[in-house]
Amino acid sequence: MSDNKAALSAFREEVSAWMSENVPSDPGFLLPLTFLEVGTEQQLDFLREWQHTLWSAGYLGMHWPSEYGGQGADPAYQYIVDKELAKHNAPIIFNTIGLNWVGPLLLDMGTDEEKAKYIKNILSGEEIWCQGFSEPDHGSDLGAVQTRAVRDGDDYLVNGSKIWTTLGNYADHMILLARTNPNTERKYDGLSFFLSPMKIDGVEAHPIRKVTGEYGFNQTFFTDAKIPASCLMGEEGGGWMVAMKTLEYERGVTAGQASGYWGVTIQVDDMIEELSKLEHDGEPLLSDPVVRDDLVGFIMDAKALSLTGRRTGIPALTSDYPMGLALSVKYRGTEYERRMKQYTASKQGAQSALYVGDADAVSGGFWQRAYFSNFGATIGGGTTQVQANIVAEHVLGLPK
Amino acid sequence: MLLDVARGFVRDQAPIDAVRAQLETDTGFDAATWQAMVEMGWAGIALPDTVGGAGTGVGSAVPVFEALGGGLLGTPLLSNTLAGQLIWRAAGESAAEWLGRLCSGSVGTIAYLDYADWGAANLGVELGADGTLKGGKSFVADASVADCFVVLASEGDEAVLALVERNAIDDSALTENVMIDLTKRAANVDFTGVTPAQVFRGDAVAAALRDTLLLGALLTAAETTGAAGKCLNSITEYLKTRKQFGKLIGSYQALKHPTVDIYVGMENARSFVYHGATVVGDEALDRDAEIACRMAKVAADDVMVFAGDRSVQFHGGFGFTWECDSTLFIRRAQWAQQMYGGAIHHRKRLASLLLDS
Repeated sequence: MSDNKAALSAFREEVSAWMSENVPSDPGFLLPLTFLEVGTEQQLDFLREWQHTLWSAGYLGMHWPSEYGGQGADPAYQYIVDKELAKHNAPIIFNTIGLNWVGPLLLDMGTDEEKAKYIKNILSGEEIWCQGFSEPDHGSDLGAVQTRAVRDGDDYLVNGSKIWTTLGNYADHMILLARTNPNTERKYDGLSFFLSPMKIDGVEAHPIRKVTGEYGFNQTFFTDAKIPASCLMGEEGGGWMVAMKTLEYERGVTAGQASGYWGVTIQVDDMIEELSKLEHDGEPLLSDPVVRDDLVGFIMDAKALSLTGRRTGIPALTSDYPMGLALSVKYRGTEYERRMKQYTASKQGAQSALYVGDADAVSGGFWQRAYFSNFGATIGGGTTQVQANIVAEHVLGLPK
Repeated sequence: MLLDVARGFVRDQAPIDAVRAQLETDTGFDAATWQAMVEMGWAGIALPDTVGGAGTGVGSAVPVFEALGGGLLGTPLLSNTLAGQLIWRAAGESAAEWLGRLCSGSVGTIAYLDYADWGAANLGVELGADGTLKGGKSFVADASVADCFVVLASEGDEAVLALVERNAIDDSALTENVMIDLTKRAANVDFTGVTPAQVFRGDAVAAALRDTLLLGALLTAAETTGAAGKCLNSITEYLKTRKQFGKLIGSYQALKHPTVDIYVGMENARSFVYHGATVVGDEALDRDAEIACRMAKVAADDVMVFAGDRSVQFHGGFGFTWECDSTLFIRRAQWAQQMYGGAIHHRKRLASLLLDS
């Protein structure tokens, strides 16, 4: 074993031991499956404290610079922590927009002042971030956003509304894409990117209920909201490029995220374990040849994802389409998960009809809820269909 | 890297016109091309150096087959490689002379199937007490150009491998198959009355056979994955140049999105095939290697059948013609999907491996 391997292996043991001691037990109320469904103050307080505990122990943003609250470590260490979080069924690390999108973006493109001001509080959980990209009339077509920001002395005056604002009702800051110039030749050139305060007059977030029955995202209304001009990130009119960079972090195309553990990890093994408890025609479900064949398909899908993930970093094995694997990871991963969860939720006989809250629901309705929740992944951050267009155009070179 | 070298070779030696020129010849390949492959050491690429092979492990054959598939190049290399594996695994260095011949380009092939079923025991050819064989084999790949046959036979209750020289067989014993893929050749061969040059017996035979069939699946998958990549190129090129209703047809999502699925399927198949290359070795294949070979075959079959089928469809009326290379791809897909067991064959076995342990 090389020194590095030995060090990582020792670290894994250390983290595992720490988690056995420190991962909180079931709080007695429903916790969200992903960061997209934090819907109550009770959940928020619990998750904020847990994130703070993890960070205080030195296990969050380990590969971020130590001057901003990280450990300056190799990314392999954070990867181990994320794996161990899943293994210990830990509560999720919820400040995802800050940890995985804004943090890496600021480290990449932010000024020293911006880094000093925001990054440590993202890691500690003291400040929560949300994202103001999509609008009621402009989801996939992000370049068409209409929320207006008009320069007014030392401020910008903002009017309009954003939608699907995850964590918006709790957030301290928003990454906001707004139109500063409605008259540009290319619609993209009229957009600017702000690190915008949420707890000011003229900003209101109204929670929206989801298909899971839970809350978590909002419609955010701006009514003559005054945002300091110092909140502009980059140049006025240069917002599109910053937004595209943000999406690279959001979609996992570019690495640098503080923690991959933003949702309860559900693996194909969990699916098989659940299905192994069920019966069909009075026989074990797993003895049904049709089900067995279906499961081979799911196991292969999972294996393809992990093998392809390993191959992504080896240029000699990806030379035909150098960016192809990274640009297709969301397309490949999120749809498989949706199908896997739907399958498990629908193999429970009459119990498939039960939902969270029913004492007879299989595993408390976990799979039903997980299936519905998964649409956050196949729609959020660019729908599957938009992802397919991206792969077609940017990987295969097909025309728009 | 070997993949780049092999691709360069295929590009130089086998442009599509050269491939098409061989479609209706007796042998299906150009002797000079085969000789060039032998000189590059590919005839022995999967064999240990102690018997004249490259000594780089059987996995190193994977990139060569991927490249050959990318050119749709017809050669007897798959037959030769697998005959070598079967002999090596059954007899080891005691068969060094036979293996040396294969490495130097004398073509070997396996006579395995009694009829169409890859999953049957296929012990229909009998080795009698008088030392002669009785019965015939079906779908023997590259039979008409083979110098030797490794015939799976039964001796009493036992499976044995009979090595038969081509010159021990009458020409009339070969009945050429009409192949769906015209880059491939196969024949039915009647071995009745033939005396084998040598017979391999013992416990090693069953294990050797099992592992060789798995390697056959893996190497076919590698070749098929290469073909799927080439098929994808041909589709995207057409979608980027063909206009209808005043627009490039590649701008239509009804064509664009299935093409993305071909791309994703091809990349997945490559991942399985490369993984397979890293877990197979000269020793007996373990459970992980078995799973890897079977998954690779399923993934490659699925994407190639889809790609070949969509290639014809997306090329429109032109796609339906002999002149369009889609013809070659869809025919390759239909050939490959059965070779060394189709997707259902492997999925059924994967179910036991993955769900019953």
